[in-house]
Amino acid sequence: MKSRYSIFSLMRNALSYHEKWPEAWRSPEPKPSYDVIIVGGGGHGLATAYYLAKLHGIHNVAVIERGWLGGGNTGRNTTIVRSNYLWDESAALYEHALKLWEGMSQELNYNVMFSQRGVMNLAHNQHDLRELSRRINANRLNGVDSEFLTPQQIKDLVPIIDLRGNGRYPVLGASMQRRGGTARHDAVAWGYARRADEQGVDIIQECPVHGFEIENGKVVGVQTAKGLIKAKKVGVVVAGHSSVMAEMAGIRLPLVSHPLQALVSEPVKPVIDTVVMSNAIHAYISQSDKGELVIGAGVDKYVGYGQRGSLPVTEETLAAVCELFPSLKRMRMMRQWGGIVDTCPDASPIISKTPVEGFFINCGWGTGGFKATPGSGWVFADTIANDRPHPLNEAFSLERFNSGYLVDEHGAAAVAH
Amino acid sequence: MLEINCPYCGPRFETEFSYGGEAHIERPKDSENLTDEQWGDYVFMNSNTKGVFLERWVHTSGCRRWFNVARDTVSYQILAVYETGAKPPKLDLRNDV
Repeated sequence: MKSRYSIFSLMRNALSYHEKWPEAWRSPEPKPSYDVIIVGGGGHGLATAYYLAKLHGIHNVAVIERGWLGGGNTGRNTTIVRSNYLWDESAALYEHALKLWEGMSQELNYNVMFSQRGVMNLAHNQHDLRELSRRINANRLNGVDSEFLTPQQIKDLVPIIDLRGNGRYPVLGASMQRRGGTARHDAVAWGYARRADEQGVDIIQECPVHGFEIENGKVVGVQTAKGLIKAKKVGVVVAGHSSVMAEMAGIRLPLVSHPLQALVSEPVKPVIDTVVMSNAIHAYISQSDKGELVIGAGVDKYVGYGQRGSLPVTEETLAAVCELFPSLKRMRMMRQWGGIVDTCPDASPIISKTPVEGFFINCGWGTGGFKATPGSGWVFADTIANDRPHPLNEAFSLERFNSGYLVDEHGAAAVAH
Repeated sequence: MLEINCPYCGPRFETEFSYGGEAHIERPKDSENLTDEQWGDYVFMNSNTKGVFLERWVHTSGCRRWFNVARDTVSYQILAVYETGAKPPKLDLRNDV
């Protein structure tokens, strides 16, 4: 076991001017073969490797990452965590994830700064109000905390909001999940990486995958920039590039990859201590611990692999944010970026076996994958280790696009996907 | 911001257009005898290409006509615009994904 992070290790290292901290994880050369190879070193992939080692005793695991850890969507999202999904299957999956979030910093011995500051979803018209009430009731029946807020309650929590929304986006109510909140996204990847490494998982960065070796319908290895690496099982969890990876294994997916953008403002004093999301506008806003306002926008409507968002989307989102929060009109934005999200026709993920034996896929999280990171890794590890879906992800199979049993979270998931 | 050269109206900004997804997907002719897998493939699966992608657009705020576009989904460069029903033009396809 590596040295634990604690107040004592902090003091001890202060004596050596913080120059002797041990590395958080190794950077080994790949072994010739592994029991399981996870392609994709984001939060989901690293969590999968960690749970494979910790809960299923499979330590001979490699995580292969094209770039650097958490450099894709893990480091590009707006860090919102919630579980107020409409349908039973989704509620079970995301609630499982939320429960793992609640103990994550202790379990990983890494401060992921999970802050349960509450997540609010606004209603701007009568139809929104009905949908919202329906979702709140569904959430409560599934044991997910959710409550209705009147406009006055919203104003008390978020004084800077204009309830009239300049007449264009009047605020008529909101759903509130108090256990929801935000987390430090990089720390999630690093925390899982450190713990997985401790359990014997090899994390191999800057190693693009070029193809998969498949013999008699069974995967036997992965072709990478560092040569062929043999594997008994392969799990692919690469978000935006899932279709590209699956095609190498001869599998077609129902995904469409879009750039999803976000932006942060200059840092200011605390003005908003919860998360406000609006389905109708597809804008969400929270304030980071540094004081920056973190604003999430919508997706570009066309297929795109360029990690940047188009300016019309930025403009539309900011216009709506300014109408809801007039005092932010003169705020300056510091950074804007995009991540490639793999959206599914039913806005639910695919965590599934595939027609290729030993080849598993975890994709289709679309615009909402970050919140699911621990739960996604947990069920994917279970699926890979036991070669069958866990009851929590049985409904999220690739097979559902043939059978028609879709888990349609479009618009129902509290925010448009 | 994309500038799309509508074959009927000329170059306009992307905000005037709506997106129609992948082009050249044909409804299966022998639909009564399709398996669930074949239906699933037709209804849901798509190529989601990284590189040159053939897609449909409609000029919603203009002539309201549909047409096809060949666009690089990494650089977003529009390589060709052609009418619905026409065969895609010959292009140098990128392989460096």
